[in-house]
Amino acid sequence: MDLCKLTAHESMDLLAKKEVTSQELTRAVIERIESVDKQVESYITNTFDYAMETAKAVDAKIAAGEKLAPLEGVPMAIKDNICTKDITTTCASKMLENFVPPYDAFVAKKVKAVGAPILGKLNMDEFAMGSSTETSYFKKTKNPYDLTRVPGGSSGGSAAAVSADLAMYALGSDTGGSIRQPASFCGVVGLKPTYGLVSRFGLVAFASSLDQIGPLAKDVTDAALVMNLIAGHDEMDSTSLNVPETDYTSELGQDIKGLRIGVPEEYLGEGIDEDVKTRIQDAIKVYEGLGARVSYFSMRMSKYALPAYYIISSAEASSNLARYDGVKYGFRAEGFEDLLDMYKKTRSEGFGSEVKRRIMLGTYALSSGYYDAYYKKAQQVRTIIKNDFDAAFANYDVVLTPTSPITSFKIGEKTTDPMQMYLADICTVSINIAGLPAVSIPCGFDKNNLPVGLQLIGDSFAEKTILKAAYAYEKATGFSGVRPSL
Amino acid sequence: MKITTEEVKYVANLARLNVTDEEAETLRAQMADIITFADALSEIDTAGIEPTNHAIKVENVLRSDTVKKSYDRDELLKNAPAKQAGCYTVPRIVE
Repeated sequence: MDLCKLTAHESMDLLAKKEVTSQELTRAVIERIESVDKQVESYITNTFDYAMETAKAVDAKIAAGEKLAPLEGVPMAIKDNICTKDITTTCASKMLENFVPPYDAFVAKKVKAVGAPILGKLNMDEFAMGSSTETSYFKKTKNPYDLTRVPGGSSGGSAAAVSADLAMYALGSDTGGSIRQPASFCGVVGLKPTYGLVSRFGLVAFASSLDQIGPLAKDVTDAALVMNLIAGHDEMDSTSLNVPETDYTSELGQDIKGLRIGVPEEYLGEGIDEDVKTRIQDAIKVYEGLGARVSYFSMRMSKYALPAYYIISSAEASSNLARYDGVKYGFRAEGFEDLLDMYKKTRSEGFGSEVKRRIMLGTYALSSGYYDAYYKKAQQVRTIIKNDFDAAFANYDVVLTPTSPITSFKIGEKTTDPMQMYLADICTVSINIAGLPAVSIPCGFDKNNLPVGLQLIGDSFAEKTILKAAYAYEKATGFSGVRPSL
Repeated sequence: MKITTEEVKYVANLARLNVTDEEAETLRAQMADIITFADALSEIDTAGIEPTNHAIKVENVLRSDTVKKSYDRDELLKNAPAKQAGCYTVPRIVE
């Protein structure tokens, strides 16, 4: 048995039956990283010693006859914008190349507390700004299905690592599709939870009103198990919601007969690749075969989500990234004349071009004379888009769309024209704008044998409904079990 | 929407970024593209519509006002680019 290929829940079962030790599991994944990650380049930092120490402690518990908690002893990895105490957290930026957080993010604390061997920190677009992981200061992660192509982004390292069996599961963050789009490109499951369900404490902020942490996993069950681990109220995040604890696996396997699925016509129209459309239509047939009631409807305002998203996210980013001034932590340039010169040189040398572009765009949208025309307008459009979803969820339990209009593209193909890269987010941004949960699951392949992703969107707090629907599809098709031949 | 390189340089100064003439020209073209795209928003009648700051409404988040131990100063200063006597150091501001 090739241990690194196991899902997290399969690993848990074997640990419980004492058929495998946590050290064996962890060593198997480390060996896989050592042999394959030279090609995939998904990790920025390895923490193998920490992982093995944790696994050893878990095995001691097993030997003492103690029962393990879910996910205890199952090796995983974390996107490098989530703070980990005493482990460098770079955000894939020169600005934070040597930043060692003095505290753990809420989710990192949860992962450590449960005894998960942390294998390392995963590559991403710089400050999570990008859709291909090409804006990373350190390396370009490759798509495990085709090493000449991108893994998507910004959580490209997380998606590629899970896809290539370099971690049993990973944590990512999603501001406009940064968990779901790479999950779609790499053929894994990615969930963006309802805004506020997972604490953002210790997540390096990009756009605070849109950012949300979530799992990238090998199947739907694993994604639900990770949600059980990371969801919860945190007084350190004032937007954290105090909702009752729940078991996200509780509805997996339930019948979806009569489930009302709405398909917005706009998401299968212009700009969507033909192969992607075909796979989505196949998926719709699968759902009809499972007894779901599928109907089409119109979300006319959906085309305004992308411009509204880029205004809001860039505005928030320009404010959030003002803190990188070379004073308290991070990079400081040399050879400056005075304080202002130090700020400017530090920021100009420390940030990459995409980050600077977003800061510029956000500063412009917030500047006097343009605030009402862009920032306020975008926030009003946000209200309209949210109302559109509210209306949709009065009629449907789940809204079904492609995750991405296209499959993975070649490295370098879209780096010269930022607008082209931004269009890759067209199916995902409206969900962040409305604060809703959505999951991307593999739904087959295009003509180049690249994975296509299916997006299931739920009403606020309807994670269990979309996970139930995703699970039913996964069981009916088995696409989640397919791995790249790397 | 047209943007001039002067505007780009003005915004760069607000954002505390240096831009060369060449960078200003590239940014001007790229920002003009993105802002023209965003101009589609003006097609929508938003009269009387309240702006949304946060999708999920949370109000009056308070915590009890208790004294707690904060992070260790030396621990936090480990990440400082320059420090002296337990403080961050920056170039002289007041002559």
